Amino acid sequence: MKVTVTVRPRAGILDPQGEAVRRSLEGLGYAASDVRAGKVFDLDLDVGDAREAVRVAGRIAEQVLSNPLIEEFDVAAQEPVRP
Amino acid sequence: MTVRVAVVAFPGSCDDRDALRAVGLMGAEPVRVWHADPDLGGAEAVIVPGGFSYGDYLRPGALAALSPAMGAVRDLAAAGGPVLGICNGFQVLTEAGLLPGVLRPNAHLQFRSQDVALRVQHESPWLPGVFAGDTLDIPVKHHDGCYFAAPAQLEALDAAGQVLLRYVHNPNGSVENIACVTNAAGNVAGLMPHPEHAVDPLLGSADGRILLQGLLDQAAVEAVI
Repeated sequence: MKVTVTVRPRAGILDPQGEAVRRSLEGLGYAASDVRAGKVFDLDLDVGDAREAVRVAGRIAEQVLSNPLIEEFDVAAQEPVRP
Repeated sequence: MTVRVAVVAFPGSCDDRDALRAVGLMGAEPVRVWHADPDLGGAEAVIVPGGFSYGDYLRPGALAALSPAMGAVRDLAAAGGPVLGICNGFQVLTEAGLLPGVLRPNAHLQFRSQDVALRVQHESPWLPGVFAGDTLDIPVKHHDGCYFAAPAQLEALDAAGQVLLRYVHNPNGSVENIACVTNAAGNVAGLMPHPEHAVDPLLGSADGRILLQGLLDQAAVEAVI
């Protein structure tokens, strides 16, 4: 079951990488008031259905893929989640 | 009895040898431990050294925190044994949840390799023979040394005396100039500066010996108990 975890810096946390990108964009003439740099993880989990995949991916994101002090995440199933 | 100090090497560690050598210079017995080892070879204290464990993949220290040897480090820490994290080792200990806060990329995004002055905040078993207000000179060399903790957590750390050292001139953007923190129990400490690189006056400073002596003293006390 394919699932995507997106990790990004928490709002209000200084993101020097995003800020460096923003300055470069400014140099190219693009007006960007804010850029935040995060990470994307595509997981293929050996679980029964998409709902379970989202649940497991959420746990993985909490334990490993993000540091809750400075980052937040969201999880999106790449296959339909049946109710 | 000679104190045995384990130094945990991960793939990508680079300061493990200096740490082992420094332990030997201090009159203790260095024990090299590989990240895949399940125990610390009977050591009474441990240093988690500097470097770039697992290539700094994911976040610095995040993957090393999950390695088998870190299970043994957790056990030693829980039993009250002294644990010192240096540079990447500091990152590993925060990611492992053994120390509060987290290390982020330097605010200016530049690598810093320089001597820094560190102000002692209060007396501690980690800092034998020095007092509040004293200054230690110890080098840093890092890109991800910007200490961060949420404001409420910072207040709690200060109130509990968990901040041991602050930078006199902040080299990396660390919040409140924090350079060295301990856990609540006080037996786990971490800092970005490298005590193991400051053990001989010929190389500019021997102030690193103070922290290493603190590690050995606490291990000796443990051994007697």
